[in-house]
Amino acid sequence: MKLKTLALLAGGATILASCATGPGGSHGDALRLMQRDFKPVGIATMDRLKQDKVQAACNKYDDNPPKALADELQKEQYATVKWPADGKLLGDWKSGEKIAQRGRGMAWNDKPGKTSRGEPNGGSCYNCHQIGPATTSFGTIGPSLYQFGKLRGYGPDIQRYAYAKIYNAKAYSVCSGMPRFGHSGTLTEQQMKDLTALLMDPASPVNQ
Amino acid sequence: MRQALVLGFVAAFAAGPWPQAAAQTEDPVAAEFDKFRAVLEQDNPAELWEVKGEQLWKTPGGPNKVSLEKCDLGLGSGVVKGAYAQMPRYFADVGRVMDAEARIVHCMITLQGFKYEDLAKAPFSSATRTPDPVSITTYVAAQSAGMKLAPSQGHPKEKEAYTLGKEIFFYRAGPWDFSCANCHGLDGKRIRTQPLPNFAKPETALASVQGWPGYRMTGGVMHSLQWRLSDCFRQQRFPKPDYASETLSLLMTYLTVNASGQTYKGPGIKR
Repeated sequence: MKLKTLALLAGGATILASCATGPGGSHGDALRLMQRDFKPVGIATMDRLKQDKVQAACNKYDDNPPKALADELQKEQYATVKWPADGKLLGDWKSGEKIAQRGRGMAWNDKPGKTSRGEPNGGSCYNCHQIGPATTSFGTIGPSLYQFGKLRGYGPDIQRYAYAKIYNAKAYSVCSGMPRFGHSGTLTEQQMKDLTALLMDPASPVNQ
Repeated sequence: MRQALVLGFVAAFAAGPWPQAAAQTEDPVAAEFDKFRAVLEQDNPAELWEVKGEQLWKTPGGPNKVSLEKCDLGLGSGVVKGAYAQMPRYFADVGRVMDAEARIVHCMITLQGFKYEDLAKAPFSSATRTPDPVSITTYVAAQSAGMKLAPSQGHPKEKEAYTLGKEIFFYRAGPWDFSCANCHGLDGKRIRTQPLPNFAKPETALASVQGWPGYRMTGGVMHSLQWRLSDCFRQQRFPKPDYASETLSLLMTYLTVNASGQTYKGPGIKR
Protein backbone atom coordinates (compact mmCIF):
# COMPACT_ATOMS: atom_id res chain seq x y z
CA MET A 1 0.00 0.00 0.00
CA LYS A 2 2.68 2.41 0.99
CA LEU A 3 4.74 1.46 -2.03
CA LYS A 4 1.80 2.23 -4.26
CA THR A 5 1.41 5.61 -2.61
CA LEU A 6 5.02 6.50 -3.07
CA ALA A 7 4.88 5.32 -6.64
CA LEU A 8 1.93 7.66 -7.18
CA LEU A 9 3.80 10.62 -5.81
CA ALA A 10 7.11 9.81 -7.43
CA GLY A 11 5.70 8.18 -10.55
CA GLY A 12 6.80 10.86 -13.00
CA ALA A 13 10.42 9.94 -12.58
CA THR A 14 9.89 6.47 -14.00
CA ILE A 15 7.67 7.58 -16.85
CA LEU A 16 10.00 10.34 -17.92
CA ALA A 17 13.20 8.45 -17.30
CA SER A 18 12.07 5.79 -19.71
CA CYS A 19 11.03 8.24 -22.38
CA ALA A 20 12.73 11.59 -21.76
CA THR A 21 11.40 13.28 -24.86
CA GLY A 22 9.61 10.18 -26.02
CA PRO A 23 7.25 10.00 -29.00
CA GLY A 24 5.79 13.41 -29.73
CA GLY A 25 8.56 15.22 -27.82
CA SER A 26 7.60 17.21 -24.74
CA HIS A 27 4.04 17.46 -26.06
CA GLY A 28 3.80 13.67 -26.02
CA ASP A 29 5.43 13.48 -22.59
CA ALA A 30 2.96 15.98 -21.17
CA LEU A 31 0.04 14.06 -22.62
CA ARG A 32 1.27 10.77 -21.15
CA LEU A 33 1.57 12.44 -17.73
CA MET A 34 -1.95 13.83 -18.00
CA GLN A 35 -3.30 10.46 -19.07
CA ARG A 36 -1.71 8.97 -15.96
CA ASP A 37 -2.69 11.77 -13.54
CA PHE A 38 -6.28 12.45 -14.65
CA LYS A 39 -9.18 10.20 -13.71
CA PRO A 40 -12.64 10.01 -15.28
CA VAL A 41 -15.53 11.51 -13.32
CA GLY A 42 -19.04 10.74 -14.57
CA ILE A 43 -19.49 12.11 -18.07
CA ALA A 44 -15.95 13.59 -18.04
CA THR A 45 -14.29 10.50 -19.44
CA MET A 46 -10.63 10.05 -20.31
CA ASP A 47 -11.27 10.26 -24.06
CA ARG A 48 -11.74 13.98 -23.49
CA LEU A 49 -7.96 14.28 -23.28
CA LYS A 50 -7.59 12.98 -26.81
CA GLN A 51 -7.27 15.76 -29.37
CA ASP A 52 -9.24 15.73 -32.59
CA LYS A 53 -7.76 17.13 -35.82
CA VAL A 54 -8.80 20.70 -35.08
CA GLN A 55 -7.51 20.72 -31.52
CA ALA A 56 -4.24 19.10 -32.56
CA ALA A 57 -3.64 21.56 -35.40
CA CYS A 58 -4.47 24.60 -33.26
CA ASN A 59 -2.24 23.32 -30.46
CA LYS A 60 0.61 22.58 -32.86
CA TYR A 61 0.47 25.96 -34.63
CA ASP A 62 -0.30 28.14 -31.58
CA ASP A 63 -3.85 28.77 -32.89
CA ASN A 64 -2.50 30.00 -36.22
CA PRO A 65 -2.23 27.07 -38.67
CA PRO A 66 -1.10 27.59 -42.27
CA LYS A 67 -3.91 28.94 -44.42
CA ALA A 68 -4.29 25.83 -46.58
CA LEU A 69 -4.69 23.63 -43.51
CA ALA A 70 -7.06 26.11 -41.85
CA ASP A 71 -9.22 26.24 -45.00
CA GLU A 72 -9.36 22.47 -45.27
CA LEU A 73 -10.29 22.03 -41.61
CA GLN A 74 -12.90 24.75 -41.73
CA LYS A 75 -14.54 23.09 -44.72
CA GLU A 76 -14.64 19.80 -42.81
CA GLN A 77 -16.07 21.49 -39.75
CA TYR A 78 -18.75 23.26 -41.79
CA ALA A 79 -19.78 19.89 -43.17
CA THR A 80 -20.54 18.67 -39.63
CA VAL A 81 -23.37 21.19 -39.20
CA LYS A 82 -26.71 19.37 -39.09
CA TRP A 83 -29.40 21.68 -40.33
CA PRO A 84 -32.88 21.44 -38.78
CA ALA A 85 -35.11 19.13 -40.82
CA ASP A 86 -37.98 21.62 -40.73
CA GLY A 87 -35.75 24.29 -42.29
CA LYS A 88 -36.56 26.75 -39.50
CA LEU A 89 -33.60 28.36 -37.73
CA LEU A 90 -35.35 30.78 -35.41
CA GLY A 91 -36.79 29.47 -32.14
CA ASP A 92 -37.87 31.41 -29.08
CA TRP A 93 -35.56 34.25 -28.05
CA LYS A 94 -36.87 34.20 -24.46
CA SER A 95 -35.74 30.64 -24.05
CA GLY A 96 -32.51 31.57 -25.87
CA GLU A 97 -31.82 34.26 -23.28
CA LYS A 98 -31.99 31.65 -20.50
CA ILE A 99 -29.65 29.32 -22.38
CA ALA A 100 -27.24 32.21 -22.96
CA GLN A 101 -27.24 33.06 -19.24
CA ARG A 102 -26.66 29.50 -18.02
CA GLY A 103 -23.06 28.40 -17.78
CA ARG A 104 -23.45 24.88 -16.51
CA GLY A 105 -23.22 21.49 -18.12
CA MET A 106 -20.66 18.99 -19.45
CA ALA A 107 -18.51 19.02 -16.27
CA TRP A 108 -17.74 16.35 -13.64
CA ASN A 109 -21.05 16.32 -11.80
CA ASP A 110 -23.32 17.04 -14.73
CA LYS A 111 -25.42 14.46 -16.57
CA PRO A 112 -25.64 13.78 -20.30
CA GLY A 113 -27.40 16.84 -21.77
CA LYS A 114 -28.31 18.11 -18.30
CA THR A 115 -26.68 20.01 -15.48
CA SER A 116 -26.26 18.46 -12.04
CA ARG A 117 -29.41 20.42 -11.08
CA GLY A 118 -31.41 18.74 -13.82
CA GLU A 119 -31.62 21.83 -16.05
CA PRO A 120 -30.76 21.58 -19.74
CA ASN A 121 -27.12 22.41 -20.51
CA GLY A 122 -26.29 26.09 -20.81
CA GLY A 123 -24.48 27.84 -23.62
CA SER A 124 -22.31 29.99 -21.31
CA CYS A 125 -22.74 32.78 -23.88
CA TYR A 126 -22.62 35.70 -21.44
CA ASN A 127 -19.40 34.34 -19.98
CA CYS A 128 -17.65 35.68 -23.08
CA HIS A 129 -20.06 37.95 -24.99
CA GLN A 130 -22.08 41.07 -24.46
CA ILE A 131 -25.55 40.13 -25.73
CA GLY A 132 -28.75 41.61 -24.30
CA PRO A 133 -28.76 45.16 -22.90
CA ALA A 134 -30.09 44.13 -19.47
CA THR A 135 -27.02 42.08 -18.53
CA THR A 136 -23.96 44.11 -17.65
CA SER A 137 -22.01 41.20 -16.13
CA PHE A 138 -20.86 39.87 -19.48
CA GLY A 139 -17.41 38.62 -20.39
CA THR A 140 -15.16 40.07 -23.05
CA ILE A 141 -13.35 37.07 -24.53
CA GLY A 142 -15.61 37.08 -27.59
CA PRO A 143 -16.95 40.06 -29.56
CA SER A 144 -20.09 41.94 -28.53
CA LEU A 145 -23.24 40.43 -30.02
CA TYR A 146 -25.46 43.34 -29.01
CA GLN A 147 -27.65 44.36 -31.96
CA PHE A 148 -26.41 41.31 -33.84
CA GLY A 149 -29.29 41.17 -36.35
CA LYS A 150 -29.94 44.89 -36.41
CA LEU A 151 -26.39 45.56 -37.58
CA ARG A 152 -26.09 42.65 -40.02
CA GLY A 153 -29.62 42.32 -41.31
CA TYR A 154 -32.21 39.65 -40.64
CA GLY A 155 -31.88 37.71 -43.91
CA PRO A 156 -31.56 33.94 -44.33
CA ASP A 157 -27.79 34.05 -44.92
CA ILE A 158 -27.14 35.74 -41.60
CA GLN A 159 -29.56 33.33 -39.90
CA ARG A 160 -27.62 30.41 -41.34
CA TYR A 161 -24.33 31.99 -40.31
CA ALA A 162 -25.54 32.48 -36.71
CA TYR A 163 -26.90 28.93 -36.45
CA ALA A 164 -23.81 27.32 -37.97
CA LYS A 165 -21.47 29.45 -35.84
CA ILE A 166 -23.24 28.22 -32.70
CA TYR A 167 -23.31 24.65 -34.00
CA ASN A 168 -19.63 24.64 -34.96
CA ALA A 169 -17.64 27.82 -34.41
CA LYS A 170 -14.62 26.18 -36.01
CA ALA A 171 -16.38 26.18 -39.38
CA TYR A 172 -15.54 29.88 -39.70
CA SER A 173 -12.41 30.30 -37.62
CA VAL A 174 -10.70 27.01 -37.05
CA CYS A 175 -8.95 27.95 -33.80
CA SER A 176 -11.76 30.08 -32.41
CA GLY A 177 -11.94 30.07 -28.63
CA MET A 178 -15.65 29.28 -28.84
CA PRO A 179 -16.86 25.73 -28.19
CA ARG A 180 -18.65 23.76 -30.92
CA PHE A 181 -22.00 23.57 -29.17
CA GLY A 182 -23.79 21.35 -31.67
CA HIS A 183 -20.82 19.26 -32.72
CA SER A 184 -19.91 18.49 -29.10
CA GLY A 185 -23.48 17.56 -28.24
CA THR A 186 -23.69 20.31 -25.63
CA LEU A 187 -26.84 21.95 -26.97
CA THR A 188 -29.86 20.46 -28.72
CA GLU A 189 -31.19 21.61 -32.07
CA GLN A 190 -34.03 23.45 -30.35
CA GLN A 191 -31.62 25.21 -27.97
CA MET A 192 -29.49 26.36 -30.90
CA LYS A 193 -32.60 27.63 -32.68
CA ASP A 194 -33.54 29.56 -29.54
CA LEU A 195 -30.07 31.12 -29.37
CA THR A 196 -30.25 32.00 -33.05
CA ALA A 197 -33.56 33.73 -32.32
CA LEU A 198 -31.98 35.64 -29.44
CA LEU A 199 -29.50 37.09 -31.94
CA MET A 200 -31.75 37.30 -35.01
CA ASP A 201 -35.36 37.86 -33.98
CA PRO A 202 -36.21 41.53 -34.60
CA ALA A 203 -38.29 41.38 -31.39
CA SER A 204 -35.35 40.15 -29.28
CA PRO A 205 -34.01 42.72 -26.81
CA VAL A 206 -30.62 42.16 -28.46
CA ASN A 207 -31.91 44.03 -31.52
CA GLN A 208 -33.64 46.94 -29.82
CA MET B 1 -10.99 56.53 12.01
CA ARG B 2 -11.03 52.98 10.87
CA GLN B 3 -12.92 54.00 7.76
CA ALA B 4 -10.36 56.68 7.07
CA LEU B 5 -7.64 54.09 7.34
CA VAL B 6 -9.49 51.82 4.96
CA LEU B 7 -9.98 54.62 2.47
CA GLY B 8 -6.36 55.59 2.80
CA PHE B 9 -5.37 52.04 2.08
CA VAL B 10 -7.59 51.88 -0.98
CA ALA B 11 -6.15 55.14 -2.27
CA ALA B 12 -2.64 53.86 -1.73
CA PHE B 13 -3.58 50.63 -3.39
CA ALA B 14 -5.08 52.33 -6.41
CA ALA B 15 -1.83 54.19 -6.97
CA GLY B 16 0.16 51.25 -5.73
CA PRO B 17 3.11 49.47 -7.18
CA TRP B 18 1.30 46.35 -8.38
CA PRO B 19 1.65 45.91 -12.11
CA GLN B 20 -1.32 43.54 -12.03
CA ALA B 21 -3.62 46.08 -10.42
CA ALA B 22 -2.44 48.80 -12.75
CA ALA B 23 -3.21 46.66 -15.77
CA GLN B 24 -6.68 45.92 -14.48
CA THR B 25 -7.73 49.47 -13.72
CA GLU B 26 -8.36 49.89 -17.45
CA ASP B 27 -11.52 47.92 -16.79
CA PRO B 28 -13.79 49.87 -14.40
CA VAL B 29 -15.73 46.76 -13.32
CA ALA B 30 -12.56 44.87 -12.49
CA ALA B 31 -11.13 47.91 -10.72
CA GLU B 32 -14.12 48.00 -8.36
CA PHE B 33 -13.57 44.35 -7.47
CA ASP B 34 -9.90 45.03 -6.81
CA LYS B 35 -10.80 47.82 -4.38
CA PHE B 36 -13.26 45.59 -2.58
CA ARG B 37 -10.61 42.90 -2.23
CA ALA B 38 -8.06 45.38 -0.92
CA VAL B 39 -10.40 46.49 1.85
CA LEU B 40 -11.15 42.93 2.90
CA GLU B 41 -7.51 41.90 2.87
CA GLN B 42 -6.89 43.94 5.99
CA ASP B 43 -8.58 41.44 8.24
CA ASN B 44 -7.97 38.37 6.20
CA PRO B 45 -9.54 35.29 7.82
CA ALA B 46 -6.70 33.28 6.23
CA GLU B 47 -4.78 34.05 9.44
CA LEU B 48 -7.01 31.61 11.29
CA TRP B 49 -5.75 28.78 9.08
CA GLU B 50 -2.19 29.98 9.34
CA VAL B 51 -2.40 29.51 13.09
CA LYS B 52 -4.06 26.13 12.74
CA GLY B 53 -1.49 25.06 10.16
CA GLU B 54 1.38 26.07 12.43
CA GLN B 55 -0.04 23.92 15.21
CA LEU B 56 -0.44 21.00 12.82
CA TRP B 57 3.15 21.44 11.64
CA LYS B 58 4.60 21.50 15.14
CA THR B 59 2.39 19.02 16.97
CA PRO B 60 3.05 15.27 16.81
CA GLY B 61 0.36 13.73 14.64
CA GLY B 62 -0.62 10.96 12.26
CA PRO B 63 -0.28 7.24 12.89
CA ASN B 64 3.46 7.73 13.63
CA LYS B 65 2.78 10.49 16.20
CA VAL B 66 5.51 12.77 14.92
CA SER B 67 5.42 16.43 13.92
CA LEU B 68 6.32 17.73 10.48
CA GLU B 69 9.31 19.65 11.82
CA LYS B 70 11.69 17.32 10.00
CA CYS B 71 9.91 17.83 6.69
CA ASP B 72 12.31 19.09 4.00
CA LEU B 73 10.57 21.74 1.90
CA GLY B 74 13.68 22.22 -0.19
CA LEU B 75 15.76 24.44 2.07
CA GLY B 76 16.75 21.70 4.47
CA SER B 77 14.99 19.64 7.09
CA GLY B 78 12.43 21.75 8.97
CA VAL B 79 13.19 25.07 7.23
CA VAL B 80 9.88 26.78 6.53
CA LYS B 81 10.88 30.41 6.09
CA GLY B 82 11.11 31.26 2.40
CA ALA B 83 10.39 27.71 1.24
CA TYR B 84 7.03 28.44 -0.39
CA ALA B 85 8.44 31.23 -2.56
CA GLN B 86 11.05 28.82 -3.93
CA MET B 87 8.64 26.05 -4.90
CA PRO B 88 7.84 24.12 -7.01
CA ARG B 89 11.32 22.60 -6.98
CA TYR B 90 13.02 19.30 -7.62
CA PHE B 91 13.25 16.81 -4.76
CA ALA B 92 15.86 14.10 -5.25
CA ASP B 93 14.14 11.73 -2.80
CA VAL B 94 11.12 11.43 -5.10
CA GLY B 95 12.85 12.22 -8.38
CA ARG B 96 10.36 14.85 -9.39
CA VAL B 97 9.34 18.47 -9.00
CA MET B 98 6.83 19.16 -6.24
CA ASP B 99 4.75 22.17 -5.32
CA ALA B 100 4.34 23.13 -1.66
CA GLU B 101 1.15 21.22 -0.96
CA ALA B 102 2.32 18.09 -2.81
CA ARG B 103 5.49 18.20 -0.70
CA ILE B 104 3.53 18.65 2.52
CA VAL B 105 1.35 15.69 1.55
CA HIS B 106 4.53 13.71 0.85
CA CYS B 107 5.85 14.55 4.34
CA MET B 108 2.53 13.64 5.95
CA ILE B 109 2.81 10.24 4.27
CA THR B 110 6.51 9.53 4.81
CA LEU B 111 6.96 11.10 8.26
CA GLN B 112 3.56 10.94 9.89
CA GLY B 113 2.32 7.73 8.30
CA PHE B 114 -0.81 9.01 6.62
CA LYS B 115 -2.04 7.23 3.50
CA TYR B 116 -2.28 9.11 0.20
CA GLU B 117 -5.67 7.50 -0.44
CA ASP B 118 -7.05 8.99 2.78
CA LEU B 119 -5.61 12.46 2.18
CA ALA B 120 -6.85 12.45 -1.41
CA LYS B 121 -10.37 11.31 -0.56
CA ALA B 122 -11.73 14.83 0.10
CA PRO B 123 -8.72 17.11 -0.28
CA PHE B 124 -10.56 20.43 -0.65
CA SER B 125 -12.27 22.67 1.88
CA SER B 126 -15.99 22.81 2.45
CA ALA B 127 -18.09 25.05 4.67
CA THR B 128 -17.65 22.63 7.55
CA ARG B 129 -14.17 21.24 7.07
CA THR B 130 -10.71 22.41 6.04
CA PRO B 131 -8.37 19.50 5.30
CA ASP B 132 -5.12 19.65 7.28
CA PRO B 133 -2.82 19.93 4.22
CA VAL B 134 -4.67 23.13 3.25
CA SER B 135 -4.09 24.67 6.70
CA ILE B 136 -0.45 23.57 6.70
CA THR B 137 0.07 24.97 3.21
CA THR B 138 -1.40 28.26 4.41
CA TYR B 139 1.06 28.32 7.31
CA VAL B 140 4.00 27.48 5.07
CA ALA B 141 2.92 30.10 2.50
CA ALA B 142 2.68 32.78 5.18
CA GLN B 143 6.35 32.19 6.02
CA SER B 144 7.22 33.48 2.54
CA ALA B 145 5.14 36.66 2.73
CA GLY B 146 6.97 39.63 1.31
CA MET B 147 9.58 37.52 -0.44
CA LYS B 148 10.37 37.38 -4.11
CA LEU B 149 9.16 34.32 -5.99
CA ALA B 150 12.23 32.30 -6.90
CA PRO B 151 11.23 28.79 -7.98
CA SER B 152 14.44 26.95 -8.65
CA GLN B 153 15.28 26.27 -12.31
CA GLY B 154 18.81 24.97 -11.76
CA HIS B 155 18.15 21.25 -12.01
CA PRO B 156 17.46 19.69 -15.46
CA LYS B 157 14.23 18.23 -14.04
CA GLU B 158 13.14 21.73 -13.05
CA LYS B 159 13.75 23.02 -16.56
CA GLU B 160 11.91 20.01 -17.94
CA ALA B 161 9.05 20.71 -15.52
CA TYR B 162 8.70 24.21 -16.96
CA THR B 163 8.60 22.85 -20.53
CA LEU B 164 6.04 20.19 -19.63
CA GLY B 165 3.98 22.63 -17.58
CA LYS B 166 3.87 24.91 -20.59
CA GLU B 167 2.65 22.01 -22.75
CA ILE B 168 -0.11 21.31 -20.23
CA PHE B 169 -1.04 25.01 -20.16
CA PHE B 170 -1.48 25.08 -23.93
CA TYR B 171 -3.00 21.61 -24.32
CA ARG B 172 -6.33 22.07 -26.14
CA ALA B 173 -8.82 19.28 -25.76
CA GLY B 174 -12.15 18.26 -24.30
CA PRO B 175 -15.67 18.77 -25.60
CA TRP B 176 -15.27 22.56 -25.50
CA ASP B 177 -11.78 22.67 -27.07
CA PHE B 178 -10.30 24.55 -24.13
CA SER B 179 -6.72 24.87 -22.96
CA CYS B 180 -5.74 26.96 -19.94
CA ALA B 181 -4.54 29.52 -22.50
CA ASN B 182 -7.99 30.01 -24.00
CA CYS B 183 -8.92 32.04 -20.94
CA HIS B 184 -5.51 32.79 -19.42
CA GLY B 185 -3.38 33.46 -22.48
CA LEU B 186 -5.09 36.69 -23.51
CA ASP B 187 -4.59 40.28 -22.42
CA GLY B 188 -7.22 42.38 -20.66
CA LYS B 189 -10.17 39.97 -20.95
CA ARG B 190 -12.91 39.04 -18.48
CA ILE B 191 -15.17 36.06 -17.93
CA ARG B 192 -18.42 37.63 -16.78
CA THR B 193 -17.01 40.27 -14.40
CA GLN B 194 -13.89 38.35 -13.40
CA PRO B 195 -10.62 39.57 -14.89
CA LEU B 196 -8.61 36.88 -16.67
CA PRO B 197 -4.93 37.74 -16.30
CA ASN B 198 -2.57 36.47 -18.99
CA PHE B 199 -0.48 33.85 -17.18
CA ALA B 200 1.79 33.31 -20.17
CA LYS B 201 3.26 36.80 -19.70
CA PRO B 202 5.62 37.70 -16.83
CA GLU B 203 3.86 41.04 -16.18
CA THR B 204 0.53 39.39 -15.38
CA ALA B 205 1.55 35.83 -14.41
CA LEU B 206 1.86 36.87 -10.78
CA ALA B 207 -1.93 36.77 -10.49
CA SER B 208 -1.79 32.97 -10.81
CA VAL B 209 0.20 32.71 -7.57
CA GLN B 210 -0.72 35.86 -5.66
CA GLY B 211 -3.44 35.48 -3.06
CA TRP B 212 -3.13 31.68 -2.89
CA PRO B 213 -3.71 29.99 -0.59
CA GLY B 214 -6.69 32.28 -0.26
CA TYR B 215 -9.78 32.82 1.80
CA ARG B 216 -12.57 32.60 -0.74
CA MET B 217 -15.54 34.79 0.00
CA THR B 218 -17.75 32.47 -2.09
CA GLY B 219 -18.61 29.87 0.51
CA GLY B 220 -16.23 31.35 3.09
CA VAL B 221 -13.59 28.65 2.74
CA MET B 222 -9.81 28.44 2.60
CA HIS B 223 -8.47 27.12 -0.70
CA SER B 224 -5.01 26.42 -2.04
CA LEU B 225 -3.64 26.37 -5.58
CA GLN B 226 -4.33 22.63 -5.70
CA TRP B 227 -8.03 23.42 -5.52
CA ARG B 228 -7.81 26.35 -7.91
CA LEU B 229 -6.11 24.36 -10.67
CA SER B 230 -8.30 21.32 -10.13
CA ASP B 231 -11.42 23.46 -10.44
CA CYS B 232 -10.03 25.11 -13.58
CA PHE B 233 -9.79 21.68 -15.17
CA ARG B 234 -13.40 21.01 -14.16
CA GLN B 235 -14.46 24.19 -15.92
CA GLN B 236 -12.23 23.26 -18.84
CA ARG B 237 -14.47 20.15 -19.03
CA PHE B 238 -11.49 17.84 -18.61
CA PRO B 239 -11.45 14.72 -16.45
CA LYS B 240 -10.23 15.26 -12.86
CA PRO B 241 -6.55 15.65 -12.00
CA ASP B 242 -5.32 13.57 -9.07
CA TYR B 243 -4.76 15.56 -5.91
CA ALA B 244 -1.10 16.53 -5.42
CA SER B 245 -0.24 14.89 -8.74
CA GLU B 246 2.83 15.62 -10.81
CA THR B 247 0.73 17.19 -13.56
CA LEU B 248 -0.42 19.91 -11.15
CA SER B 249 3.14 20.48 -9.89
CA LEU B 250 4.34 20.91 -13.48
CA LEU B 251 1.59 23.39 -14.28
CA MET B 252 2.42 25.32 -11.10
CA THR B 253 6.06 25.34 -12.16
CA TYR B 254 5.14 26.99 -15.45
CA LEU B 255 2.96 29.60 -13.71
CA THR B 256 5.35 30.37 -10.86
CA VAL B 257 8.46 30.59 -13.02
CA ASN B 258 6.59 33.05 -15.27
CA ALA B 259 5.98 35.17 -12.16
CA SER B 260 9.54 34.75 -10.91
CA GLY B 261 11.19 37.77 -9.32
CA GLN B 262 7.91 39.36 -8.22
CA THR B 263 6.95 39.73 -4.60
CA TYR B 264 4.63 37.18 -3.01
CA LYS B 265 2.37 38.74 -0.39
CA GLY B 266 1.38 35.59 1.49
CA PRO B 267 -2.07 34.03 1.89
CA GLY B 268 -4.72 36.31 0.45
CA ILE B 269 -8.37 36.78 -0.15
CA LYS B 270 -10.36 35.79 -3.18
CA ARG B 271 -13.76 36.42 -4.62
